[in-house]
Amino acid sequence: MAEIDRDKLLDIYTRTMKVNRTDEKFRELLMGGKVAVMYYCVRGQELVSAAAMAALEKEDYVVCTYRGQGEQTAKGIPMEKWWGECLGKATGTCKGKGGTMHITDPETGIMVTTGVVGSGLPIANGLAMASQNNGDGRVTLVSFGDGAANIGGFHEAMNMAQLYKLPVIFLCQNNRYGEHTAYADHTDSPNIATRAAGYGMKGVTVDGNDVHQIYPAMQEAVARARAGEGPTLVEAMCYRMMGHFFGSDFSYMPPEHIAEMKAEDPLPKLRQVMLDYQFTEEELDAIVADIDAQINAAVEHALNAPLPDTDEIYKDVLEETA
Amino acid sequence: MAQITMTQALNLAIDEAMADDPGVFCLGEDVSAKQGGGVFKVTSGLTEKYGEHRIRATPISETAIIGAAVGAALAGQRPIAEIMLMNFVGVCMDQIVNHAAKLRFMSGGQTPCPMVIRTTTGVGVGFGGQHSDMLEAWFAHVAGIHVVTPSNPADARGLMRASIDANDPVIFIENILCYGLKAEDPGPGYRVPLGKAAIAREGTDISLITYGRTVLDALAVADDLAKEGISVEVIDLRTIAPYDEATVLASVRKTGRAITLHEAVRPFGTGAEIAANIQEKCWDSLKGPVRRIGGTFSAVPFASHLEQAWIPQKSDLIAQIKASVGKL
Repeated sequence: MAEIDRDKLLDIYTRTMKVNRTDEKFRELLMGGKVAVMYYCVRGQELVSAAAMAALEKEDYVVCTYRGQGEQTAKGIPMEKWWGECLGKATGTCKGKGGTMHITDPETGIMVTTGVVGSGLPIANGLAMASQNNGDGRVTLVSFGDGAANIGGFHEAMNMAQLYKLPVIFLCQNNRYGEHTAYADHTDSPNIATRAAGYGMKGVTVDGNDVHQIYPAMQEAVARARAGEGPTLVEAMCYRMMGHFFGSDFSYMPPEHIAEMKAEDPLPKLRQVMLDYQFTEEELDAIVADIDAQINAAVEHALNAPLPDTDEIYKDVLEETA
Repeated sequence: MAQITMTQALNLAIDEAMADDPGVFCLGEDVSAKQGGGVFKVTSGLTEKYGEHRIRATPISETAIIGAAVGAALAGQRPIAEIMLMNFVGVCMDQIVNHAAKLRFMSGGQTPCPMVIRTTTGVGVGFGGQHSDMLEAWFAHVAGIHVVTPSNPADARGLMRASIDANDPVIFIENILCYGLKAEDPGPGYRVPLGKAAIAREGTDISLITYGRTVLDALAVADDLAKEGISVEVIDLRTIAPYDEATVLASVRKTGRAITLHEAVRPFGTGAEIAANIQEKCWDSLKGPVRRIGGTFSAVPFASHLEQAWIPQKSDLIAQIKASVGKL
């Protein structure tokens, strides 16, 4: 088992809980009828996103998907701007014009959030190509689900990335579902990472619920990319503990599968690791309380923020309309 | 000044843009020196000057090519991506339409996407149904993209330079049959602003609105009709979308008659949009309905005589102009 130093572990825990508490808050608001927007829950996948973002530098680029709350908040988008965008407000990252599925915040490296499954991989290559061209030393991480591994762009992008040895990390969050279809009903091979071999690329499958597996795997992939050794496909096994989107039917998820997920829940496991590292219950509770206070303030700010002007529909179409 | 072909004009524009800005680079199938500098030689000689990182020969992966261009553009570079033949855009429409075109808007202006997608096409070379279509209307229908096509070498040089300068995606359509056209070189640094049409020939009886290869047909027909006392004004749009509405409407208000002409199929074509706009905005000036001419509504056929019959005919253009001006 690879050792993680105490400060880094604390960093990962803080990011994980930020993702989790944001997810909980979003579901609370949706359930209470306070907001009515599309939201793709990340319950069960918090640690994967947090560990991945903790392995990156602030300047590094990230491309994520509509289920990208984890990457977005863990990379550090200011909460007020994040909530503003999710609630369609003028104070949002994209002035309310992108929404939950299209969060963009170049200042924190969140370059694209795509609503189209698998479309992020080719774009990540381009960001990495720019870094390779201009030597800025950045790496690009693209996150996607197991469902994305079956679209053409995945294969095109993997082959091209390896061909050019691009500084890119392909993070497949294998959450066992592609939209409403279970993994076994969309893919016959036991995992996704083995596909990397078909492109001459390094591929690894790790337990995304175990910080001692996911973080070192991310760290190594980032180091390889940064050293010019090319891309890595990291497949993080995890569970999507909710339906495809908030409010969607998930009766197709069998009870035994839900029981399995609960047993593998990354949060109690991570908390135990923290205790093993001599963090106290009080310290950990205080971190969560602090995050909750920040989230509550950000939500309050977003709820009271102005709506975008209707003129915005004509703006940012082309430079001339900026 | 020297005479140059359209191929040379495009090559010169790309070359000088690459020399001026290290962020400009080319990527696409067969574009580098190893493959001969592109199937139509537009990127010939550039690998030797700028290296394989800036003239990147890619796998046959249109989605990955356009996706890479999008990503590089977001990072501040100015990629010139080649989609070898226009029909192949069908393979990568998601990257063009959902990403390149929309990222500026969806990000609230934070991530513009300055990239050029060069592509070539054209009817009349015997390439058949999957290598010949003019698909400009697909892109003209999407907000957030410029659609450009030159009809002559000088415009090719100037429009390419302006397209590389543009801070938004540009679909740059090159007609295979125009690559060999020769004209005087407008010289280094020449730019033709996007969104600005050219009056290719002045006239008073009817406005003929067209672009690309059919500008040549339009000019030939205008010459012939001048001998019969019909004065045709030929407008070369140069930028198909967003097009130069002011120039088009001013011309129609002057002549009172209009006809649109394009190689693309007629139904739901760009000519339909332009005709509808003219009828809304120039109704009081019009002396008759706006007419439209386009390619036949079928796949482009292979056999030479079928292909020639498919293309908008000069004889039809003459007949429609005569009918419009009442001299049939």
